[in-house]
Amino acid sequence: MLRFIIRRIVVIIPMLFIVVSLTWGLIRLAPGNFYTGEKKLTPAIEKNLREKYGLNRPWYVQYGKVLWNIARFDFGNSLKYEGQSVNQILFRGLPVSATLGLSAYLLALFVGITTGTLAALKQNSWIDYASMVLAMIGISIPNFVLGPLLVLIFALNLFWLPPALWNGFPSKSIVLPALTLSAIYIAYIARLTRSGMLEVMRSDYIRTARAKGLSETQVVFRHALRGGLLPVVSFSGPALAFLITGTVVVERVFALPGLGNYFINACFNRDEPLIIGIVAFIAVTVLGFNLLVDISYGFIDPRIRY
Amino acid sequence: MTDSGHGNLLSVTDLRTYFETEDGTVKAVDGISFELKQGETLGIVGESGSGKSVANLSLMRLIPNPPGKIVSGSIVFAGRDVLKLSPREVRKLRGKRIAMIFQDPMTSLNPFMRVSKQLMEVTRLHLGHTKKQAREHAIKMLEHVGIPDARSRVDSYPHEFSGGMRQRVMIAMALSCRPELLIADEPTTALDVTIQAQILELINSLKAETGASVILITHDLGVVAGMTDHIIVMYAGKVFEQATTTELFERPGNPYTCGLLRSVPDPTDEQGKLYQIPGLPPDLAHLPPGCPFAPRCERAEEICRREFPPYVQLTREHYSLCHFASDVYTKSQAQEGNR
Repeated sequence: MLRFIIRRIVVIIPMLFIVVSLTWGLIRLAPGNFYTGEKKLTPAIEKNLREKYGLNRPWYVQYGKVLWNIARFDFGNSLKYEGQSVNQILFRGLPVSATLGLSAYLLALFVGITTGTLAALKQNSWIDYASMVLAMIGISIPNFVLGPLLVLIFALNLFWLPPALWNGFPSKSIVLPALTLSAIYIAYIARLTRSGMLEVMRSDYIRTARAKGLSETQVVFRHALRGGLLPVVSFSGPALAFLITGTVVVERVFALPGLGNYFINACFNRDEPLIIGIVAFIAVTVLGFNLLVDISYGFIDPRIRY
Repeated sequence: MTDSGHGNLLSVTDLRTYFETEDGTVKAVDGISFELKQGETLGIVGESGSGKSVANLSLMRLIPNPPGKIVSGSIVFAGRDVLKLSPREVRKLRGKRIAMIFQDPMTSLNPFMRVSKQLMEVTRLHLGHTKKQAREHAIKMLEHVGIPDARSRVDSYPHEFSGGMRQRVMIAMALSCRPELLIADEPTTALDVTIQAQILELINSLKAETGASVILITHDLGVVAGMTDHIIVMYAGKVFEQATTTELFERPGNPYTCGLLRSVPDPTDEQGKLYQIPGLPPDLAHLPPGCPFAPRCERAEEICRREFPPYVQLTREHYSLCHFASDVYTKSQAQEGNR
């Protein structure tokens, strides 16, 4: 088990290297620069800027510096937010994104698993059909449509909830973004749960459990859920990683000061250190949560040994 | 059919279990009747899809509904009709008074749950055991079914046992509450031959010890021969023949049974060519009007394809579903005399 974990952690290093190199290369290939704006700079100022940020040095020196920064977990200073290190920005944006992401995640798990289980237990009933139609809609509507739609209804027409901005947790301001964010995950998890539960409920050991004289509730909770939710577990690890590291669209729609919003701004601004910092952070989180999922398999399914 | 329930632990009358499918109504069990006395063993024999498992799942009302449904009939167990009980009352029977062992021990135990927990669950539910009592009882049961070192293995997971051991665990679980009726649905099919013998012997000795009645479902005539008092032969959801075990093996009264008996490998047969009944079991959703076995039957005549055969009583305890039951029976008797 320990060897497995160490091996997986070691694998993270080359993965991170590839992700960072690709990101760096793409930024460099894109036309434009962080100082290009509407106003054309004089050659002298441009020369000074390039010297200050080391852009006049050969590419491999610059690339090497990026890698060295990452090895130390210090991504340097942002080019646009003057005097602020990338790490400072990460730590400022992360709590917002993580709070929102975690709320959406818990909501998605709770609603998704409940709906999926009900749909499976009442297969081919109206509950099943209704929830699967809703899930289909949830998967099909992109969140940049759903977000404004919810704002229109609940903020601008009913005046129940604020249309945007962040007031911390708990507050009314989290409701709409969390709903928007979780919709697709609810839908996914509901479908995964349904198919997982349907398969398990048909299995031999469920028949054994029934033959023992257990009630249907006991059969579901003691015997079926564990196996039925395995597919949800494999989905939910990476999902959590993506959710808490910031969601570009939803944070933008609701103007939330989270990582996703910073990320978009960094891209528009060609703020290379910030882009690389956020990308590297997301990559590590995703890889880390995947590892957590694999470890948790061992606890859920005793047949799995590493 | 002769006496009406005296000394009978179980009496099934005209049981019909149908499944609604897109292909039409599948009559998996179509009007079967049988009786089982206290302490007796009944064998139910038939090919795959003959309805033997469905019949027994019906006894415990474990038919998934939808698509399955027990359409008619009565199942009187210990004086009460199981089909008229409330779901709650049925659950009190399951696992306590009627227990079941399934075909595949590899998949019949919950892979995510320790064996101890799966065993304790039954006695805590039905016998009101405390955790501690249930645990001790579980260990005792495992020792009883011959699991070595039961105390230290009780907390293992099913995958840590071999197939034969898992079937022993299943038996321990089934017998935890000393059921009056044990239904063993192909308990040895998934096991290799040496283990098969051990498991059958185990069921036999536990049966003798607890005085339970047993229904043994199998497609293996060799298995039922040594263990049962009565045998039912099922085909296409119907009882084709019903007799005491010796009678059925010595003097079969149905062409289908004759075919089954001929297809048992005989090591003394020089030719070494194994007989097999030609054709396949019929599609239960689209049965022909006549005898469902007619297309495969050597003895079949015009009437077989046209008219459904009568259920002929050959002796007091011997019945056969065939137009020519008496002929076949007489021929069997003659053959027996020649031997």
